[in-house]
Amino acid sequence: MAQVKFKNQIFNVSAGSSVLDTLLEHGQTIPNNCRAGACQSCLMQVTKGKVPEKSQQGLKDSHKAKNLFLACSCEPEENIDIQLPDIKQLKVSATVSQINKLSADVIELKIKTSEPYEYHAGQYVTLWRNDIIGRSYSLASQAKENETLNFHIRLIPNGQFSSWVHHELKVGDTLFVQGPAGDCFYTPGNPEQNLLLIGTGTGLAPLYGIVHDALQQKHTGEIHLIHGALNPSGLYLAEDLSELEQKYSNFKYHPCVVNSEENMPSSIIEGDICKVALDLVPKPAGWKTYLCGDDELVKKLHKQTFLAGCNMNDIYSDPFIHA
Amino acid sequence: MASLYERLGGEAAVNAAVDIFYRKVLTDDRVNEFFEGVDMDAQIAKQKGFLTMVFGGPNNYTGKDMREGHKHLVAKGLNDSHVDAIIELLGGTLKELGVADADIQEVADIANSVRDDVLNR
Repeated sequence: MAQVKFKNQIFNVSAGSSVLDTLLEHGQTIPNNCRAGACQSCLMQVTKGKVPEKSQQGLKDSHKAKNLFLACSCEPEENIDIQLPDIKQLKVSATVSQINKLSADVIELKIKTSEPYEYHAGQYVTLWRNDIIGRSYSLASQAKENETLNFHIRLIPNGQFSSWVHHELKVGDTLFVQGPAGDCFYTPGNPEQNLLLIGTGTGLAPLYGIVHDALQQKHTGEIHLIHGALNPSGLYLAEDLSELEQKYSNFKYHPCVVNSEENMPSSIIEGDICKVALDLVPKPAGWKTYLCGDDELVKKLHKQTFLAGCNMNDIYSDPFIHA
Repeated sequence: MASLYERLGGEAAVNAAVDIFYRKVLTDDRVNEFFEGVDMDAQIAKQKGFLTMVFGGPNNYTGKDMREGHKHLVAKGLNDSHVDAIIELLGGTLKELGVADADIQEVADIANSVRDDVLNR
């Protein structure tokens, strides 16, 4: 059992427990969200002692160099002194430029950062309402000078962040951006490789960004985007994507629903998204696959596309973890 | 003479073998129940570690790690027949990659050397 010293108090971290769990159990306030090492909300800093390697996985080198670590994945083997980092250094402020309704429960939020922001379409950032409440969202836009950062935000009933965005946030308001992180993005260098992108719900956001990125970088291989929703009304941006299909002969959009409705457009496929994907591309050997959205479904798709022949190194997945 | 690991092709051989091997494991009904619900990315990293070891490459496995890592599977019924199946799938993978029979046998011998630790006995 190791001890951590935080705010001049000693806490015992028992085996199998994380620094974050321990501090929260003792009533300390530590920003946190996914608790799975992804969102980077629980960044803390070691001031004395050795930083456990595992707690720095996925962090930028500049963060590692400052002894920053993720409290949720930190199980120290020796005693360390820790503090909350000066959060102002990690975040950039941004102003809301546009809020557009995409469907009954999804809005598009466009924000402009106070300084140039480098990222790849498809990566995610954590958006902060204040010092404590933050949530991770994928970037649906491309990093271009003077352009906005775009997100698709689904309203979660009683969600501390999404309800605020849907009901209170207005054009001109300020929020804060931390990140980016994640390796689910388009990499140039193999323009002829076929791409298969599968997403459910707002898992469309990163894929929308990746598709546009690939097309703008003159990708010549086939690009197939499968978007799954429960009902046809959940297929937001369908018109936009159909137009894109008209414009680029190598891009195909495949909307897919679990529950069909009478009079829905014939282009919408009814059925299990996993089956739809494998009917479309029975042998994805040599393809690059991007999977985003519901955690369980992404895991299933990851396994099925691999078994069907896609190389593990060519599968990029971004399961949405709910706090 | 070059070591087994060098003859097989080192890290490149591990990378070439891991997808083929893991795909065989996941589709083999004798053993795939032990891999249900595991995180694929984490599992691929573990499979690479395993292949590096049985290819005679650098590794830091100890008997204790082997025991701890498989304890929950032994509780679920992991036994000799499953170890046999894994070694068979390993052999099939190497055969597909054109590895000589003598080298395949050497890999199987290394895998067999950790059998008792894996089965916690």
